[in-house]
Amino acid sequence: VPIDILLVEDNEGDARLLGEVLSEINKDVRLHVATDGLEAIAFLRYQGTHLDAPRPDLILLDLHMPKMDGLEVLARVKTDPWLATIPIIVLTSSHSEMDIVQSYKLMANCYLAKPAELKQFESLVRSLNDFWLTKVTLRKERQAAGAV
Amino acid sequence: MPEEVLLVEDNPGDARLVREAMRAANPSIRLCLTYDGVMAMTFLKREGAYVRAPRPKLILLDLNLPRMNGREVLSRIKSDESLKSIPTIVLTTSDAEADIAQSYQLNANCYLRKPVRLEAFESLMKNVVDLWLPNVSLPLAGATRLSH
Repeated sequence: VPIDILLVEDNEGDARLLGEVLSEINKDVRLHVATDGLEAIAFLRYQGTHLDAPRPDLILLDLHMPKMDGLEVLARVKTDPWLATIPIIVLTSSHSEMDIVQSYKLMANCYLAKPAELKQFESLVRSLNDFWLTKVTLRKERQAAGAV
Repeated sequence: MPEEVLLVEDNPGDARLVREAMRAANPSIRLCLTYDGVMAMTFLKREGAYVRAPRPKLILLDLNLPRMNGREVLSRIKSDESLKSIPTIVLTTSDAEADIAQSYQLNANCYLRKPVRLEAFESLMKNVVDLWLPNVSLPLAGATRLSH
């Protein structure tokens, strides 16, 4: 069963790196990339060119982005009853205490600070995969729908 | 510095397994145990016997508990301004879709099913410790911790 992940990331290099590292670790992952907050919301609501978008099993969310920043995306998703149950992992280069507290208050499921060093980044992605994509029970409805 | 984790679990056998598996994965973890929902809230609110309780970095919460069940505990944590930023992981034997959906709706940070096999249980606890304690950025506990 494929695992659909929506990555919301404005930096193309970072998105590509994550896609490469993740696909080496887990062949079942289908990574969808939105390059700003507005596109992420459009993807989640099947708007515009996203009519056939899958409902993601997990969202990886950068914080500092053009058009609509990550905190605003987080607030919108977590106050939308249809979307609120999708786990959101904040994945950002920010180590700011304000960002961490604010993200958890807006109900981020997890906050991961991206290490600058490649080896550490790979190890972080591996831990993320081992836990979130392997051990966590996501909603079965969604899994069943994904299998159809 | 010890990493405090609060376990809310009424089954002493399971509590012991969690303690041993966590200790094996990371000896600096200090596991605090509460047996029911009322006791867990007293601990988190630092009332009664728990005025000097530490603010945990992470909460592991069983769902079926005496006096106040895990859903009620979750709902209280996630609607309390000072507690909502503590990541709360549901750890239960239940695989009922209603429990999974409701836990995410109540803003559980994630939902983990307790594996029956001991080896799988130990490996799950290792994943929790590996991802959440070193990699996940958690709000600073020091700011609100009581000075001893």
